[in-house]
Amino acid sequence: MFARGLKRKCVGHEEDVEGALAGLKTVSSYSLQRQSLLDMSLVKLQLCHMLVEPNLCRSVLIANTVRQIQEEMTQDGTWRAVAPQAAGRAPLDRLVSTEILCRAAWEQEGACPAPGLGDGHTQGPVSDLCPVTSAQAPRHPQSSVWEMDGPRENRGSFHKSLDQIFETLETKNPSCMEELFSDVDSPYYDLDTVLTGMMGGARPGPCEGLEGLAPATPGPSASCKSDLGELDHVVEILVET
Amino acid sequence: MYSKLHENNLNFPFTGGGNDIQWCFSQVKGAVDDDVAEADIISTVEFNHSGELLATGDKGGRVVIFQQEQENKIQSHSRGEYNVYSTFQSHEPEFDYLKSLEIEEKINKIRWLPQKNAAQFLLSTNDKTIKLWKISERDKRPEGYNLKEEDGRYRDPTTVTTLRVPVFRPMDLMVEASPRRIFANAHTYHINSISINSDYETYLSADDLRINLWHLEITDRSFNIVDIKPANMEELTEVITAAEFHPNSCNTFVYSSSKGTIRLCDMRASALCDRHSKLFEEPEDPSNRSFFSEIISSISDVKFSHSGRYMMTRDYLSVKIWDLNMENRPVETYQVHEYLRSKLCSLYENDCIFDKFECCWNGSDSVVMTGSYNNFFRMFDRNTKRDITLEASRENNKPRTVLKPRKVCASGKRKKDEISVDSLDFNKKILHTAWHPKENIIAVATTNNLYIFQDKVN
Repeated sequence: MFARGLKRKCVGHEEDVEGALAGLKTVSSYSLQRQSLLDMSLVKLQLCHMLVEPNLCRSVLIANTVRQIQEEMTQDGTWRAVAPQAAGRAPLDRLVSTEILCRAAWEQEGACPAPGLGDGHTQGPVSDLCPVTSAQAPRHPQSSVWEMDGPRENRGSFHKSLDQIFETLETKNPSCMEELFSDVDSPYYDLDTVLTGMMGGARPGPCEGLEGLAPATPGPSASCKSDLGELDHVVEILVET
Repeated sequence: MYSKLHENNLNFPFTGGGNDIQWCFSQVKGAVDDDVAEADIISTVEFNHSGELLATGDKGGRVVIFQQEQENKIQSHSRGEYNVYSTFQSHEPEFDYLKSLEIEEKINKIRWLPQKNAAQFLLSTNDKTIKLWKISERDKRPEGYNLKEEDGRYRDPTTVTTLRVPVFRPMDLMVEASPRRIFANAHTYHINSISINSDYETYLSADDLRINLWHLEITDRSFNIVDIKPANMEELTEVITAAEFHPNSCNTFVYSSSKGTIRLCDMRASALCDRHSKLFEEPEDPSNRSFFSEIISSISDVKFSHSGRYMMTRDYLSVKIWDLNMENRPVETYQVHEYLRSKLCSLYENDCIFDKFECCWNGSDSVVMTGSYNNFFRMFDRNTKRDITLEASRENNKPRTVLKPRKVCASGKRKKDEISVDSLDFNKKILHTAWHPKENIIAVATTNNLYIFQDKVN
């Protein structure tokens, strides 16, 4: 299912516009799945940190899986097309966010909780966006609709159960990345960035259409590599008993 | 001229192996109802060296020992039954005040010492502490004290007019378990293995990152013989998953890792055996590579053959037999449940991919056995290369009922009596199995029940 070397085709065989978008979805379904696996892994690391005494073997295996995914995402070089937000809400089985991890790190350091990412609807695409250009990519027309509204219920007890997490996220509207990170302290933004393969400090806008197929600017690998150090730091927090 | 009768001749306990043997239900121990009490979950099963005793440990920290009835061999239609011999609380839950963490009382492993006198000894361990237990029988008691009544009350000395010598009189058999040694405070991480050396004086205990060597008589000191903890814990990518002493060479032991490697170490080489003498590792099959490759390669159990020439490892999908003289690949590989390979993502999600299955050899090293899901267990005959899947279930409840082989349908049309992969119950897992050292008697633990099967007699 996650075989490496899976060829990712440029889609040309869908007939209508939506078909083109669907085609892009096919192209990025691998990355969606991979992102989902990454998220699942992070949740697991999170949960096992919440347990009384985490099983070290399990933690190490999961952390290694996270690293592998991270490495592959950086090695990809070309950041692939992402299904634009117009594709609608991501499947609800899309697991939770790295935000959980950020929150955990926060909780440990006693800082303010992160805003909820509403990640159930922040799709894979957002996370492995093109590191686009310092020039801001035109905002997706729908983004204004997705502004965070309502209280940030995601702040809460560190020990929220997974069910509660899913429930909270399902009710959230997806928000544009800018909004999400507007009040995030940068170190934690970096953390999340590392884990989701985004470039640290960049202000990604959602990719649109074929823009997404543009090759990546040279930035990402370098900064992601340095951010791998951050990943190690995270792993240390989680794994050290 | 050999007739079918000869094939079933009981004088040859190891006829052929897994498939020539017809396995029959013998007994089942444990609660009948489906509502499993957490404390009753069986966490380890082990026969002693003669096979007369069978010990189980559970999540509640208890050890239950069963003893085989001495049957009349001439007349018996089956081998003796196993009945409860002794039950005791081995470990209690503890609290680590420094880390604010609870230490589980779950018994991770039990290992028997060979019998030297009338008493039996075993080592039992939880995550942090190993204990040496002495199990002894008492079938006589002194009676006729001068100063005490039979019920123990003291007599008024003025009423004593004559003196007598107390004598031993028979009493109902009482089996007592007493802790003789407690080996504590030597492990920072969770103990996954204990193994008694062939010198019968020392033993090793292994946790996720370290292996310690103990002397059975000395509890306040242990020697660290393997330490894979990195200076910087951020660099930790591999842990120790199991360890065992060689059955004959008292200087040799092996340990397996979460990356699918086995290291053989010689304690004569240096005090700290961080440098292995041999490294056993099979190169990865690139066509099967996925994000789960490392997880499924993690070795959950390693067992030497009785002969000491081979060792067996269990990873998530297979059992591998290694010749100690060949490091670059196993000599035999048996697929336990290959049909799970396409389900790895779901199994990762529900954590089943981290289940640690054990494996065991039969007495003659000709057959190996391991557990699977849906209360299935598998046996592989190394000589005939045949394998069989059986189920531990109360449905085959009558003694001497021959177990019907089971089959999982991986894909396509499901034949009658086959079970499809999607119908498997992943909550019913057989992690612990044991094989009598001399006879074809096996003990198979489901979540909270212990099944005993024997080969068909007559």
